[in-house]
Amino acid sequence: MTLLRQTLTIAGKDLRSELRTKEALNASLAFSVVIFLLFSFAFDPGNLNLDINEFSGGLLWLAFAFAAALSLNRSFARELQNDCLDALVASPATPGVLFLGKALANFTLLLAVEMISLAVFSVMYDVRIRPQFGSLLLVILMTTWAMTVIGTAFSALTVNLRMRELMLPILTYPFLIPPLMAAILLTTDLLAGMPIGGDNAIWVRVLVAFDVIFSLLAVVFIDIVLVG
Amino acid sequence: MTALEVDAVWKYYGDYPALRDVRLTVAPGSTVALLGRNGAGKTTLLRILAGLSKPSQGKVKVYGADTRDEATRRRIGVLGHGISLYDELSAIENLMIFGRLYGLPDPARRAEEMLERTGLDRVRDGLVREFSRGMRQRLAVARVFLHDPELLLLDEPFTALDDRAITVLQSLLAGMHQRGRTIVMSTHQLREALELATHVALIQRGQIAYAGERTAEMAADTGWLYRTYGGNG
Amino acid sequence: MREKILYGLGLVGMGLLAWNLYKIAFDLPHQANVAAYQIVYFHVPAAITAFTGFFVALVASGLYLATGALKYDAFAAGVTEVAVAFASVNLATGMIWARYAWGIWWAWDARLTSMLACWLIYAGYLILRRAIDEPTQRARLSAFLSIFGCVDVGFVYKSIEWFRTQHPAPVLSIRQGGGMGPGMESPIYWNWLAMLCIASLLVIVRMRQEDVSREIDSLRRMAHSY
Repeated sequence: MTLLRQTLTIAGKDLRSELRTKEALNASLAFSVVIFLLFSFAFDPGNLNLDINEFSGGLLWLAFAFAAALSLNRSFARELQNDCLDALVASPATPGVLFLGKALANFTLLLAVEMISLAVFSVMYDVRIRPQFGSLLLVILMTTWAMTVIGTAFSALTVNLRMRELMLPILTYPFLIPPLMAAILLTTDLLAGMPIGGDNAIWVRVLVAFDVIFSLLAVVFIDIVLVG
Repeated sequence: MTALEVDAVWKYYGDYPALRDVRLTVAPGSTVALLGRNGAGKTTLLRILAGLSKPSQGKVKVYGADTRDEATRRRIGVLGHGISLYDELSAIENLMIFGRLYGLPDPARRAEEMLERTGLDRVRDGLVREFSRGMRQRLAVARVFLHDPELLLLDEPFTALDDRAITVLQSLLAGMHQRGRTIVMSTHQLREALELATHVALIQRGQIAYAGERTAEMAADTGWLYRTYGGNG
Repeated sequence: MREKILYGLGLVGMGLLAWNLYKIAFDLPHQANVAAYQIVYFHVPAAITAFTGFFVALVASGLYLATGALKYDAFAAGVTEVAVAFASVNLATGMIWARYAWGIWWAWDARLTSMLACWLIYAGYLILRRAIDEPTQRARLSAFLSIFGCVDVGFVYKSIEWFRTQHPAPVLSIRQGGGMGPGMESPIYWNWLAMLCIASLLVIVRMRQEDVSREIDSLRRMAHSY
């Protein structure tokens, strides 16, 4: 199917470019570790009276969100060099396909950074991730997709603007408040060993609804952004 | 059927009309040299023809269909100001990407062909980042002709090309013209363009000041067109 | 004609506000005479006006995308700016109320937090507009953001509501469990009407500004093209 082939071609191109230089990958990873380190100065993790379970989710997702900003920015920015964006828009690939291809690549890269960061986090803060790992993975996948959809769409939006690096975080973070909230609540519960269900099931619904609705909106409306 | 039909196209930037009531018909097989001063609207028009932007008013039809149709875009090749190639990827990788996007049945074979044609087969695995300027230009040309487009849109293609690249481009363009393909190219290099062109269109301040066949007069005296139809701007 | 509409709206708005102020200050049942409580009469309508504005901006953005007429973009921009202004009023009055009611300047309750998030979303919209010079591109990209923003407002509002329950129970009688007695609610609606008048006035003025700025932009382009 051509749509799939085109989407995978674009995703593959982005991934190949990124893996060859590893610039964004290394920067994001380093950044999230730095955040974990800095947070440790805000309180004393060695203090046995301190319950990491109260804010484990918050800390983790703040680190993920900030690291995401580093890699998402490059998503459409890399097309500006040599006028590649024009060639892509002029090609038979529809703007929706362009968007999905890039979103897929961003998602993969972000997920890689998050998985490594999660491992580092569990070591640094002595948090057990095995008990509810399946559910945790689900939450991570859904929230990462939410960040990717908004981040990639806004990367396209700001690609030609003067203050691109600054504008992307300013625009993106307020939008991500609902999924990040859901992720933080769910992750905190899951890392404390509580399964999903009852009280926090509603947050799974929020994530699913957010993902579905904004993915649709992005794919449908992205050609407004990409085609002048 | 006409290759290209521009019907009463207007393009506004805010309230400012960059293109006003542009009407142009291009028959299949012709090579049109699009002339005009800087800021006259050549690039704006070409971008609309290439499907990179939409007209504010009016319609553009390529082979009878809308420029944003997928099937139509397969038939169009666009060469803009930039080389549209990825620095961190190799020559063959770059061509493969566009080969797949344009739905070629055997992108690898076609890519190798074009690399040979442009004299880049020895550096097929070299990263574009490491290429010389001339090599990058030739690869850009390879990319444009990769899917054997029926309509070629070129924005000032001869500017900033070195001699070898110009020769390659000219031979490819001549080949296309022989096979009855349609070419629209905007240019400042009147001599090269008028050699190849069968038709000429002059844009001035967003309007078509002249559109018609290339005459002997124009080829002989490249300034004639501007003097006759260029008005005072 | 336009001038008359503007003055008319201004007068009606101001008149309603003045009359309402009198009523709030002097004419309500006894327990409502605390200033901190009376601020509710401005806090709530400001929120309603802001959200109405965000929704109207969505519709205007949609109209722009459908028709390509820049006047809809000017309208959307004006309405959003005014809505952000009223959101600011809501936040400020909310903070004052929190100070008097709970002794703190900020409380992370559902409504204030939601309004802050929405304010940030639309402040982003205003920042985006300032970052783009070319009017048609600005209209296009703003419309996109406006659509996303309005949909997200829905998510933000509901999510934060479920997240926190510190805010007093809803007080308008439209919803069940109203906390205000009879006769005390009407100033909210009158104030809302007054705010709508003032909002409309501001939007009309703002739209005219947009038109002029577009004209200047096109004159500049014309001058540069020679």
